Formats: sequence, structure tokens, C-alpha cells
Amino acid sequence: MRKPVLTLAFAAALSLGGAGLAKAAEGVAVPDKDWAFEGIFGTFDTASLQRGLQVYKNVCASCHGLRFVAFRNLADLGYNEDEIAAIAADFMVEDGPNDEGEMFTREAVASDHWPSPFPNEQAARVANGGAYPPDLSLIVEARANGADYLYHLLIGYTEPPADMEVPPGQYYNEYFPGHLISMPPPLVEGIVEYADGTEATTEQMAEDVTHFLTWAAEPQLVARKQMGIKVILFLLVLTGLLYAVKRKVWSDVGH
Amino acid sequence: MAFQTNNPVIRWIEYRMPIFSFVDHSVGSGYPTPKNLNYFWNFGSLAGIALVIMIVTGILLAMQYTPHVDYAFASVERIMRDVNYGWLIRYIHMNGASFFFIVVYIHIFRGLYYGSYKAPRELLWMLGLVILLLMMATAFMGYVLPWGQMSFWGATVITNLFSAIPLVGESIVTWLWGGFSVDNPTLNRFFALHYLLPFVIFGVVVLHIWALHRFGSNNPLGIDVKGPQDTIPFHPYYTVKDYFGFGVFFIIFAAVIFFAPNYMGHPDNYIEANALQTPPHIVPEWYFLPFYAMLRAVTFDIWFIDAKLGGVIAMFGSILILFLLPWLDSSPVRSSKFRPIYKQLFWVLVADCILLGYVGSQPPEAPWVLIGQLATLYYFAHFLVLLPLLGKLERPKPLPVSISEPVLKGSGPVGASATAKPMEKA
Repeated sequence: MRKPVLTLAFAAALSLGGAGLAKAAEGVAVPDKDWAFEGIFGTFDTASLQRGLQVYKNVCASCHGLRFVAFRNLADLGYNEDEIAAIAADFMVEDGPNDEGEMFTREAVASDHWPSPFPNEQAARVANGGAYPPDLSLIVEARANGADYLYHLLIGYTEPPADMEVPPGQYYNEYFPGHLISMPPPLVEGIVEYADGTEATTEQMAEDVTHFLTWAAEPQLVARKQMGIKVILFLLVLTGLLYAVKRKVWSDVGH
Repeated sequence: MAFQTNNPVIRWIEYRMPIFSFVDHSVGSGYPTPKNLNYFWNFGSLAGIALVIMIVTGILLAMQYTPHVDYAFASVERIMRDVNYGWLIRYIHMNGASFFFIVVYIHIFRGLYYGSYKAPRELLWMLGLVILLLMMATAFMGYVLPWGQMSFWGATVITNLFSAIPLVGESIVTWLWGGFSVDNPTLNRFFALHYLLPFVIFGVVVLHIWALHRFGSNNPLGIDVKGPQDTIPFHPYYTVKDYFGFGVFFIIFAAVIFFAPNYMGHPDNYIEANALQTPPHIVPEWYFLPFYAMLRAVTFDIWFIDAKLGGVIAMFGSILILFLLPWLDSSPVRSSKFRPIYKQLFWVLVADCILLGYVGSQPPEAPWVLIGQLATLYYFAHFLVLLPLLGKLERPKPLPVSISEPVLKGSGPVGASATAKPMEKA
């Protein structure tokens, strides 16, 4: 009696949660891809993160912001202080007011957050034919199966079916809900020259930048999983002991 | 047994304020408890620990959160990224809500299965329902606070339900919002109330436990305690059993927090609220889905009640009807163990609720609308038609004389060990 109830309750809870997730994807089912950060022992692949940063900086950053990431966070990617300062210095941020009461621009420093490419949504829309390139800090969390979806979206630009008309300024994408996306194919073979010599194929770049954006969405992912393993091991031992104590205490109850 | 101690300090305090004997009578050796409670009786204490976890993590989050439409979403991300272990506290709080509902739903269905709502425990049951309603209000308002897309649109949909009230509906909605749409004043008051209500829940929990102690726990046999031979002291027997239950609960809870923290959430809530962009599907959190299905099941006007008001009545009625349950169920037998037909209907009701939950997660299209309508109809028929009839028609199995009767009748140690069965099986 006890088991079926628990199983049912859990099946209910999980299937309901899962149902919610499945629905958000709407469009097309996204194939599953293996990632280093998946599974309970998952970790980020530093080399891939660094390549992903390069793709983001050289390609995505011209239209998409990353407002919740500060340059200091790049220490997670294996950069030291000087390297982070050098990366930040490539960006200008607005600061002020100064002693004269004027706003001014200066090179970004480690404590700055990633500057957005456009001053506001209207400016972003007018520069992008009416479309608003979303901030990418949380994009992986904000889509069902975010990493798989993003990867396939980036490599999903294909020829439209014969009966489909693609309006100007839009592009056919196999995995975008509704298939018509305003973002032109961003990753072209060789658009980035990787510092580590890896060949910059579209798939490679898509994989690396997805890896990077997964980190950006949840920088604490590895810390979370590693703490989880310790916590659960501790709880297993504790619960085992509690069970033994319970058995001992109850041994004199006359059934 | 009366509380006794030789410690002079405790005696000094106890003489002036008998707090030690109070604790002893509440959860100590002075509280006699049926000896045959099974593990389903752990879910009350689990709900208690869940409430404590929610209040503690919630207070910590409130120290870092900013209830303003321009900063709320970013302040939650700051908690996730820059506050020490902020991610852990938030994931505990966010999933804690789901786990609180899981244990409370199991606790409620335990009550349904073993007839714990029947005399003389009607008030205990009704106080529990008050807690459930307060939990729902608290969870709903808490979900609005991160100011994501689902927060905003969920708040818009649910507050709009009040516009279904005839004549004053629109005014009530404006009053709830503090304006003409869900906006900063709404967020502010939801935050204030979200902080307040858990303490109200705590107060009602005290009443719930007070009412519980009047007659003590029901038990899997559903028969009254006949004497001391039927009971064991709450401490140490049920304290240690509850601790073991906590351990199992924490393992499952931790597995979700650390390895699937967003599984029960909705990705759209990681998009900041945008009043100009409606998400393709607005779905509530999973624990509201069965009620959401009933809300949407009424798609037709009934006489002068339009469909919207009908849906609202069905949704709230689904819980309000439970207040009448002690009188709708006219069978004098509590436990399903001795009610062969009710036992089956209980499981049909469980299946019906799960089905309603699934329907609630689906878009309102064929065939889900019809399935939702039938499932809603069955839900109400269970309480309004089947239970009153069953009290008259069902022939219950003979009840044992007492909880320890088999032990007394048993012949020697072999018989005694065989009587362990009722406890394990129930």
C-alpha cells in the first residue's frame, strides 16, 4: 500500500512538472546532445568555455547583451586578473557623473558588468529591422532544454520547404518556434579564428558558444553539483543511522 | 505520565511557567500515540519541517530581494550569482514550495484514505484546509516576486478571476492591483503579504496541532484508542520515526535542489516580465494544475452564471466542498481498510486528480477540454453523490475490537510476531 501511493504521487509530480517544460518548447522537438556539464558529475570544459567566449565576443556581442555577467566572473573560465583586465579593456562603458557633472565613457574594468550593445530596446529594434535581440545571460535557462535548443538553433538554418515563403529580413530555421527567425545565420565557417587552433566549424562554434552561455546562465552549476554529491552522501549516512536508531527504539514495541 | 525532573533549574521554571510539561505533553513522553501508525503519519511532521525551511530561507532571501518592478528580476539574479550561497538558498526556497505541496497533498490523501476527517476530528480537518488555502495564496504571491514572464502573466490571469464576481468584480480587481494593471503596487503588496502569510499559517498550524491533541492521531485501523495498551509515548518512538522520515525527505529534496533545481519550474520565468508580450501558454506551477483544469472546465454559461464565474466557482468549490466532507461521508467507519468500495473510489479519486493535473498542463483544446469537464464532474460527484450513497449502501468489514486486540488474542510469540502485519501493511 505504501509504495504505490508514493510512486503515484511522485509520478504525478514529475509528469506534471515535465508537462510544463515540454509545452514551452512549442515548435520542434530538439534532438538530445551530450554535454560535459550534464549528469551529476558534470563540469564545464574550460577550453570550450574560452572558445565560446571568443565566439560570443566576436559574433554575438555585436547585437546581444550579457548584462548579468561581470568581467570578474571570467575567472571561472581560467583567466587570471591581467587577462580579465585585458578582456574588459576591449569594451567601453559609461560612467559618471564626474566632478564637472558630466557623464563620460571609459574602458571597462573587472568589476563592470558586460555592457549592452544598444542603449535601449528601441535603439536595438531600429538597428535590427524591428527585431529585439534578447539579452543572453539567461537564455539557456529561459528555453526548454536550453543548451540542446540553442545549439540546434545555431546550426538549424536550412533551406525552407518549397511551399513556405520567407519574408525579407527573416530566415528559415528548423528549430525556431514558427521557423521564421529575424536573426541572420550568425555562425559562418571561419568567422572566428580560435586562439587554441581548433578548427572553427559551424558546429564547433555553436557547441562552444552554447557551452559558454550555459556557464553564463548558471555560473554556480559545478559548485552546485559538487556540493550536492557531498550533501547526499552525508544524508544517506545520517538517514541510515536514524533508521538503525529507529529500529532499536522500536524493538520493544509489542506488535 | 506526568512530567518529572530532579533538575532544580527546570523545576524552578516549571513551577512558574509549566513550559516543560507543555512540551512533554505536546511532543514528548507525555503524549500517548496509537502504536500502529504507519509511515503515512510522517507527512504531518514533514509538512511542519517544510514550513520551517520555507520561513528560514524566505527571511534570508528577503534580506537581498528588491520588490520593485525595475529591480526585482535583477535582484533575484544577484542572489543567484553574487550573494554567498544565494543560489542554494533560492533553490531550496523555490523547490521547497513544490515539496511543501507534495507532502501536504500526501498528508491530505492520507486523511481521506483513513477517514481522519470524521468525528471527532472535523475541526482538525477544517483547520488543515484553512492551512491549504493559506499555502495556496502564499505560493501564488511568492511566484510573482521574481517578476519573470510567468510571474507577471500568472498574476494577471489569477487576479483577473475576481472580475467574475458580479457587480463589484472589476472594482475588486483594481483594488487588488492597486492600479489598473499588475504593476509596482501589486508587486509591493504581494511581497508584504508573502512575508506575512507564512506566520499566519504558523498560527493555524498551532491550532491544527491543538485540535489534534484533543483526541490524538487517527490510525490505520481508524478505531478509537481503548486504553494504554493501544498507545506508546510520542517520544522517543515517533520522534525518532519522524527524524528518519526527515532524512528520507531531505535526500529526495536535496536530489532535486542540487541536480534538477529548475525541473519543476517554467523556463519562461527566466525571462523578465514584459507587459507587452504574452507567453504562448500561461501555466501555473504544477501544484495548481488540477485547480486550473477545473477553472477552465466550465466553458458554458449556466443559467445566469457566465462561464468565467462558473469556472471560478468550480475552482474554489473544489476546496470548499472538502469543508463539508465530514458530513457528506456518512459512513461511521473511518479506515478504508474496512470499506471495500470506498477504498476503490479513493484510488479513482487519486487518479482523477492526477488526470486533472495533466489536463491543466495542456492547452485548452480538444480532447482536453472534454476530458477536463468529465474529470471535474467526477471530482464533485465523488463528494456530492458517491460518498453520501456509499454510507448507506456499503457493507463495511467487521472492525477489530481494539488496536492491540490481535496481540491480546495471540497465542505466544509466534502469534505476536504475526500481528506486526497491520502496521506494515496499512
